[in-house]
Amino acid sequence: MNKTAVHEPLVRVIKRDTISLKKKLLIRACAIIFALIIDAVFIYFVTGLNPLGVYQAMIRGTFSTKMRFSWAMRDLASLLLIGIALAPAFRMHFWNIGAEGQVLMGALATAAVMIYYGGRVPSWMLYSAMLAASIFAGALWGFIPAWFKAHFNTNETLFTLMMNYVAIQLVSCSVTIWRGQASSLGKLNVKTKAGWFPSIWGQRYTINLIVVAILTVAMYCYLRYSKHGYEISVVGESENTARYAGINVKHVIIRTMILSGALAGLTGFLIVGGRDQAISTGTAGGNGFTAIIVAWLAKFNTFIMALISFLLIFLEKGAAEIASTYNLNDFASDIIAGIILFCILGSEFFIHYQAVFRGHADKEVC
Amino acid sequence: MDTLIAWIMRAIPFGTIIMYGALGEIITEKSGNLNLGVPGIMYLGGFAGFASAYAYENASADPNMALCVVIALLCAFAASMLGGLLYSFLTITLRANQNVTGLTLTTFGMGVANFFGVFILNGRTATQSMVYKAFQTKAPFLSNMGVLGQTLFGYGFMAYAAIALGIALHFFLNRTRAGLNLRAIGENPATADAAGISVIRYKYLATCLGAGVSGLGGLYYVLDYNQGIWATTGQIEALGWLAVALVIFTVWKPLNAIWGSYLFGMLYWLYQFLPSLLHISVPGYITELIQMVPYIVTIVVLVFSSLHHKSENQPPASLGVAYFREER
Amino acid sequence: MENAIELQHITKAFGSVIANKNISMSVRRGEILSLLGENGSGKTTLMNMLSGIYYPDSGSIKIKGTPVEIRSPKDAYLLGIGMVHQHFKLIDVFTAVENIALVMNQHEKYDLKAIRRKAREICDRYEFDIDLDQKVYEMSVSQKQTLEIIKMLYRGAEILILDEPTAVLTPQETDKLFSVLRNMKADGKSVIIITHKLHEVLSISDRVAILRKGEYIGTVETSEATESSLTEMMVGQKVELNIDRPAPVDPHLRLSIHNLSVMNEEGVRVLDSIDFEVFSGEILGIAGISGNGQRELLEAIAGLQKTESDSSIVYYPDDDKDSTAEQLIGKSPKEIRDMGVHLSFVPEDRLGMGLVGSMGMTDNMMLKSYGNGRSIIANRREPRHLAEKIKEQLGVVTPSISTPVSRLSGGNVQKVLVGREIAACPSVLMTAYAVRGLDINTSHTIYRLLNEQKKKGVAIVYVGEDLDVLIDLCDRILVLCGGKNNGIVDGRSTTKEEVGLLMTKLKARKGETA
Repeated sequence: MNKTAVHEPLVRVIKRDTISLKKKLLIRACAIIFALIIDAVFIYFVTGLNPLGVYQAMIRGTFSTKMRFSWAMRDLASLLLIGIALAPAFRMHFWNIGAEGQVLMGALATAAVMIYYGGRVPSWMLYSAMLAASIFAGALWGFIPAWFKAHFNTNETLFTLMMNYVAIQLVSCSVTIWRGQASSLGKLNVKTKAGWFPSIWGQRYTINLIVVAILTVAMYCYLRYSKHGYEISVVGESENTARYAGINVKHVIIRTMILSGALAGLTGFLIVGGRDQAISTGTAGGNGFTAIIVAWLAKFNTFIMALISFLLIFLEKGAAEIASTYNLNDFASDIIAGIILFCILGSEFFIHYQAVFRGHADKEVC
Repeated sequence: MDTLIAWIMRAIPFGTIIMYGALGEIITEKSGNLNLGVPGIMYLGGFAGFASAYAYENASADPNMALCVVIALLCAFAASMLGGLLYSFLTITLRANQNVTGLTLTTFGMGVANFFGVFILNGRTATQSMVYKAFQTKAPFLSNMGVLGQTLFGYGFMAYAAIALGIALHFFLNRTRAGLNLRAIGENPATADAAGISVIRYKYLATCLGAGVSGLGGLYYVLDYNQGIWATTGQIEALGWLAVALVIFTVWKPLNAIWGSYLFGMLYWLYQFLPSLLHISVPGYITELIQMVPYIVTIVVLVFSSLHHKSENQPPASLGVAYFREER
Repeated sequence: MENAIELQHITKAFGSVIANKNISMSVRRGEILSLLGENGSGKTTLMNMLSGIYYPDSGSIKIKGTPVEIRSPKDAYLLGIGMVHQHFKLIDVFTAVENIALVMNQHEKYDLKAIRRKAREICDRYEFDIDLDQKVYEMSVSQKQTLEIIKMLYRGAEILILDEPTAVLTPQETDKLFSVLRNMKADGKSVIIITHKLHEVLSISDRVAILRKGEYIGTVETSEATESSLTEMMVGQKVELNIDRPAPVDPHLRLSIHNLSVMNEEGVRVLDSIDFEVFSGEILGIAGISGNGQRELLEAIAGLQKTESDSSIVYYPDDDKDSTAEQLIGKSPKEIRDMGVHLSFVPEDRLGMGLVGSMGMTDNMMLKSYGNGRSIIANRREPRHLAEKIKEQLGVVTPSISTPVSRLSGGNVQKVLVGREIAACPSVLMTAYAVRGLDINTSHTIYRLLNEQKKKGVAIVYVGEDLDVLIDLCDRILVLCGGKNNGIVDGRSTTKEEVGLLMTKLKARKGETA
């Protein structure tokens, strides 16, 4: 632990012991402001547009009409729910990079039930079957890498990453079968609307919003107050301590990943039933990857996740608005979001570490 | 026979793309950095190479073919290295989480390439054909020597450069002091540090150069494989992940990347050629399933290597972990 | 004779703990010097200042008469100092030659063949028996150690420091190492060997330097020393500690351990057919040089170690000896708990095993009890009360009971851990190095707590390293040596010398030779 800095360098980095909440928030706020400045410079140089005007346009993307806000909420729901699904896995320090695939599997299972049973069984049965199938499919996709991790310590980052592509191919295979001679699959059950979520307050995805709101609170409580949540934290912190406490580590790893996969699968169900009524390899739309960043930055706090998700969705919608207003393309949102995320990631350093300048430090740090 | 040859001739260019990606990522991972930004870096490389060649051709009254190639290569390499530098700064100096940083880099690289791709080209999709031709120039004589010559020598120079690079990398890692030091860092940075090796400098260099090499894969995709057409498709992303898979498949050995990438290429095109080779017809959906094979194979390799604990076939021991000297 | 090393007034402190206090000593050319001292006496710290890991707070170092500054391992190499650490600094997937190449001089050409040739020469000269093309992970511990020594010699070490080199070796391997060291001595090199095994000291070294609690006691010629004279210098005069030792009241058999053996991952028998019994209302001390099986012994009883077949640990709940005796072998900690056996265990690794560093006191209180009851919600009310109670009763200094315990000082961390384990109303309480790193007052708090438990009829197993404390606190002391039970002595009648000898020298047994 002790490393004497003899040839003491100009700046030495030491680990922070404590940091006040105020300072933490300040560092994060600085990071975001810094990122917005870079973004503004970027927009200015690329387009020559007044950055402030651009930011105004961005705000319009989410807030100008009720409809737009509602769409933003709809997309936020998908992203946030995947983040919620990832939270327990990350709390356990299990790198589930496979949410994209887990969502797709859930969506695929949902679509399959809609196609094969739509209109043939009572609708309550259809919905239950869709729900059960999606949860099962997602859970399976979480279970497989978890089982190998628990028993053989197989690298979960790489395993779950590969599982995404297996899922993508399965979806595109199924879509090929289902579309038959048609050029694309289009909306499912267009005539019967079987399996489509009922419209509430004018939107089918209202149910999605409700489910996500409930799960945000439920997952927060699960991780913070339940026995399972406690076990997950102990396993994540130290497997040795977990064994000492009598926790069955393998069991917890597998159980938690089943839960994580199941929630991702549920997201697939909500997307297909409540948002798209269609399926393609783009159903998850990269949200499975973006949610990793969301979940990581928020640690395991689902409410902070909601905030970060909102920030990202806001940027995405804003960029789309700029794109249409100024005739750019909406990949700008990837750049703008990327810059913000890089800055937040970099700012974590200043939360955990502290730079000490030569001559200002005590001689020895224990 | 003709089918087989056609198959191989499709597989090799495909393999070359991911071979670049994988070789670059092997260099990076050997230093203990798991860079999941490969797809983004390949986008950056592809775009920078394409855009620079395009700009040069348009700006110059009498464009020189060789110069154009050099410019494209240099720009692709430099742009990708910048991506690697960004990743290095965040993960090595600021010790940000490698997975999250890598994924963000993928999004960012994809965004930059696609945004500027459309922005600069203003809707036009193809370069003037010159640079594409330069990249596809085949060796004279050799490529005309019958079937064998065609199969072996019927590709642009970058396909051969990739093989040479793979062999060179093998020698670098196993026969040079710098290679030895690099491997030591990936295995155990604390031991390397105690032996007086500059861990930080090696990590930076390996990650940046690795990113540069990966980026060439993107360049090859756009200017050779895709015949000089810049298209904003998701294809490069899928190729980037395939390159990451290939690194696992090769168990972090560059020589394996050479045949492994061609094997992946064969598997990828299996759906098109196998049916006619066997004189059967296969429904469309099967082809999608077959495209899953490279990933399944990679998972199997991953599971087997964790099952057998053969130390030579394990990921570098410190892969994914930031090094902080005072945290021992 | 010329001095290879001269240390003058070396002092080194870590925070408030002074590891080395004003040490002045010398090492001659062509001699083997033993550096002797108990755990925590500052031997390794002192040597780490020679090998460039630490830098002294004050004092100076002379190598071959010239004052030097050693700022990094590289500086040490250049001065011809090589240290073989207890934890080898080797890359597992590399061959021996590659590991050697890693430390070679920057100006040397990278040529594995030439390196192998030169390494071979070194091997031949000193009679090392090693396959230079073998991968490190295929090597035995002794081969790894040999490789470390070759590495140092290759780098041109004139002074070789070995940190407890025999701790991991079999007697035969130790003999081989010693003959190598004698060859090196004959070659004019200086060797410093850190150890606490007296018979080895006497058989290998020319002189012995003794440290005690960070201070330099003196250097003696080995030829003039005996085991008892060295022990006395090492452990010092008996210190009056004033620790209570109430007589055991109404002792009953609580644990009966029979034929307990444990193999570690490398296939070494770290516990070898241990037999002993633990009674209620007594403190059984476990003495021994650290790493002689103490950790494995406690973990085996706690259900955390895989044991060899035929091992037996039987638990007797109370006087009733036959009916409810329970075999603990093969049960997980949870199963043991579910049987109603209240085993409390204060492990050596407080934050890596006994507590979760990132959690506060409250959450740590529930580590073993969170599963009680049917509710899916973890009950935090009682743990919170418990945390408050422990904080108050044991005087834990913490900003709040929700502050992560890793931010507390070592003594407070230990209070939290011991407090929790005692609060579980154990029938058996096991502690490993319960007072390590604690100040006198906190240590005495811990002794007092243990004695209170003893009076309540708890069977206590106390693994300790300070012999004074063991002798004053424990009713009986079991001495472990090389994973074997080397004898059980009565704490009231034994002496430090007796225990010290049992710790360092394996008793001859029937049919065996020492």
